Amino acid sequence: MAGNIELLTSVLAQARKEDRAALVGYLPAGFPTVDGGIRAMTEMLDGGCDIVEVGLPHSDPVLDGPVIQTADDIALRGGIRIVDVIRTVREVHAATGAPVLCMTYWNPVDRYGVERFAADLAEAGGAGCILPDLPVEESEVWRKAAEQHGLATVFVVAPSSRDERLAKITAAGSGFVYAASLMGVTGTRESVGREAEDLVARTRATPAARSGLPVCVGLGVSNAEQAAEVARFADGVIVGSAFVKCLLAADGDLDAGLAAVRTLAGRLGEGVRRSG
Amino acid sequence: MSSDSSRFFLPDTEGQVPGPDGYFGAFGGKFIPEALVAAVDEVAAEYEKAKADPAFAAELDDLMVNYTGRPSALTEVPRFGEHAGGARVFLKREDLNHTGSHKINNVLGQALLTKRMGKTRVIAETGAGQHGVATATACALFGLECTIYMGEIDTKRQALNVARMRMLGAEVISVKSGSRTLKDAINEAFRDWVANVDRTHYLFGTVAGPHPFPALVRDFHRVIGVEARRQILERAGRLPDAAVACVGGGSNAIGLFHAFLSDRDVRLIGCEPGGHGIETGEHAATLTEGTPGILHGSRSYVLQDEDGQITEPYSISAGLDYPGIGPEHAYLKDSGRAEYRAVTDDAAMQALRLLSRTEGIIPAIESAHALAGALDIGRELGPDGLLLVNLSGRGDKDMDTAARYFGLYDNEHEAAEAARAGQGEK
Repeated sequence: MAGNIELLTSVLAQARKEDRAALVGYLPAGFPTVDGGIRAMTEMLDGGCDIVEVGLPHSDPVLDGPVIQTADDIALRGGIRIVDVIRTVREVHAATGAPVLCMTYWNPVDRYGVERFAADLAEAGGAGCILPDLPVEESEVWRKAAEQHGLATVFVVAPSSRDERLAKITAAGSGFVYAASLMGVTGTRESVGREAEDLVARTRATPAARSGLPVCVGLGVSNAEQAAEVARFADGVIVGSAFVKCLLAADGDLDAGLAAVRTLAGRLGEGVRRSG
Repeated sequence: MSSDSSRFFLPDTEGQVPGPDGYFGAFGGKFIPEALVAAVDEVAAEYEKAKADPAFAAELDDLMVNYTGRPSALTEVPRFGEHAGGARVFLKREDLNHTGSHKINNVLGQALLTKRMGKTRVIAETGAGQHGVATATACALFGLECTIYMGEIDTKRQALNVARMRMLGAEVISVKSGSRTLKDAINEAFRDWVANVDRTHYLFGTVAGPHPFPALVRDFHRVIGVEARRQILERAGRLPDAAVACVGGGSNAIGLFHAFLSDRDVRLIGCEPGGHGIETGEHAATLTEGTPGILHGSRSYVLQDEDGQITEPYSISAGLDYPGIGPEHAYLKDSGRAEYRAVTDDAAMQALRLLSRTEGIIPAIESAHALAGALDIGRELGPDGLLLVNLSGRGDKDMDTAARYFGLYDNEHEAAEAARAGQGEK
């Protein structure tokens, strides 16, 4: 069964047609539990997100700040396995029909088996994968498997990426390109800096982006105002830690956490529509 | 001693590892986030320029001689050798370097690179604190701002080194995530680097990490083996049967081994931390028990589960308590050029006490793993054997751990001695 790269592409195209940015939400699988995570991601999509990223928790999340580290720890202590992540992708996609991506560090995929992982993700209805510690130079094995199974390979670009690298990365990627708004790890910030707009402008100037590869911005976005600001210049707004915080703040009261997730998704959804 | 860049840098020859892609056979590479690519490439480019600059080698050489105190001594230890099957044993005395371990070799090289790159801030990870102390020392010497990340467990068991780093003006951050040891200190240092890369150099402390660090750190430690090879030829009239070193990340071992790579009759033996014993699962013997995977920017052997989650390592030695290993060691293991064996906490601690009492040299617990390995290897070789052991660091920092282990504090001493006598120990 082929993965849902085309669904991802069409959802991003639809948002563009509506003259707004798409809203992409992130939560780690298995947080606070596997079933609780599935419900939270479903609420996220019902509340206003267009696309969801399912995090595969890792023991050594070097690109994540304390909020996502805490969620990963909870998921790992709960015994999350890769099969549970695949089940999360399957159930969230089945319940919502939305594009579901997986985001993880490279070692779990490498260890599980690149071909096996791509096949299982596609079979579950996944749309693609974001592998932030897999640079384009090391990505050929993954890209082959992803292409074969109909999965997008979403690369990350950073403010420090030079123009020639932006061209190389966007040429190799598919689905969309993830522009990191700032130099740093995941986590909410007071404001989204100037760097993001500059990076998006430089990324848009690449041949791949000019021929249609959408540019979505993540890192630091946590509220509707920031989402609206980013939506002015990006094709998509990615929010992660702010959703994790909703569930952490509920302190074990899952229903309260789910309600907070849904409310935040709604506000952010208004934000990405406010810009147009 | 005259400036001689061959002590550090290898001539570019065909088949040299790593190649430009950073691979040692199937191991190595560069698995880093895009945000760090520019910085890591800058380190690689600056290093290539430095290698071609005679002034760089001359400045490093001057520091090695007049600041570190190189060449370090080679000491024969016959009373210790009696316990190693009567083999002749020579110790390469990296413990006598300024700051008390081999770590200063790499730190001075990278501190000079930091200056060349115009960066004003240095961060580093440390396990036992030896790399942290060396880094804090170089930062004091060169007027660089310095932040050291150290696992919370390690800040406790190596409290003396925490105080040394702070005395030298460094900020020491106690890392409370994960296993709260070296692995987590590296994670936190990477997080800092991503956020502050403009003005910050990550002065990586071992032969792991993304390319070019495994090659660069190795080159700055090659001096260990280059000196030791010359010294043992002078003193013993022949090459050793085996060169032995402890391996955590593997920097002192690579430094010793490298000069002997083409001496096919010299066995290269790395001693891994066997902790409470391999069979207990509580160890950090990555090459003995690990599988290929990616940790901290390169492919090598790692301790991990079926899902690629890194498992928590254990060793009595903070400096060896790491679930990864430099990629060149993985390459040397798979090619059969080097051998690796696990040494338990207890064997290392007995060797620590034995060297102290037979030779008046208190080794670091890390180095004591190599000494324990040497006792076994010497017995295997017999009295004709000739062993070269890297004494990578001194044991001052470990006196609290050793005092508790052996019951050396006044109130514990008699009870511990009595208990040991009861167990039939020497």
